[in-house]
Amino acid sequence: MGTGALFIAVFLACVVEAVEATTIVLAAGTARDWRSATSGMAGALAVLAIVVVALGPAVSDVPLRGLRLFVGALLLVFGLQWLRKAILRASGHKALHDEDKIFAEQLATASAKARRSAGLVPDWYGFTLSFKGVLLEGLEVVFIVLTFGANARDVGLAAVAAACAVVLVAAVGVAIRAPLRRVPENTMKFVVGIMLTAFGTFWGAEGAGAHWPGSDAALLVLIPGIAVFALALVAVLRGNPAPAAERS
Amino acid sequence: MGARIRSFAAFWYDFVIGDDWLVAAGVVISLALTYALSRAAVAAWWPVPLFLVLLLPVSLWRATRRGG
Repeated sequence: MGTGALFIAVFLACVVEAVEATTIVLAAGTARDWRSATSGMAGALAVLAIVVVALGPAVSDVPLRGLRLFVGALLLVFGLQWLRKAILRASGHKALHDEDKIFAEQLATASAKARRSAGLVPDWYGFTLSFKGVLLEGLEVVFIVLTFGANARDVGLAAVAAACAVVLVAAVGVAIRAPLRRVPENTMKFVVGIMLTAFGTFWGAEGAGAHWPGSDAALLVLIPGIAVFALALVAVLRGNPAPAAERS
Repeated sequence: MGARIRSFAAFWYDFVIGDDWLVAAGVVISLALTYALSRAAVAAWWPVPLFLVLLLPVSLWRATRRGG
């Protein structure tokens, strides 16, 4: 796997997760209290750092074949979930992911809750909202970094790609203090779904003992092949609108 | 306590399995078939792509039918 492909796959996946976490932190800060929201974010980042430090070396020590089987299976399941949702969204069978709408909903919910301080945290609800949002989205980032990095035997590069994505999104979010509506999130989720599915297919089959024709070059067929197949499914579904479509 | 365990299990089920258990089951079956073929020393790269081509349309069809 080329370092460029590793960097792009991890960067794109982490941008998507970071945008979602940023929306939650912005909602917590705007509706409740910025100090509590940033404290919650910092607390979650500290927990995630501990998870990376604890699991990183352990994952790198697992024999490559077993790692590829386990990680390939998980990536394939995750990738198919992402791709399935992306196809449903692109074909109009599921509402597009809308950061503005999510931000407004989070804002309304957060504004309705009573304020309660706890220790050094001025607003406990704002803290926990931010903490949970960053931790849950961050766990996906950690998973992507460790699995892609360990499989490519380059956790460092995967971590750099993730850090670039998180810092970029966080900086833009802090600068504009508004949901990142201009990020083409739905398109990026489509691309990430294709890449996770392709790498999951490749590594999963290799881990189970298969030898791909052309070795690593098989990815150059798998990625465009899955992309074309997904686009064809979008075209087919667009021609068959469902009355009670998936909407959330 | 029981509610917390159920909530914990539901979180991991949603995180790993997601909206359609059929996809996860298909992935496991395709990898098992790949392993069996590789042990028999025949070409074993094709079951996962084949399952992908079969599973994704079926899963999408199920999603559009039930509206979720």
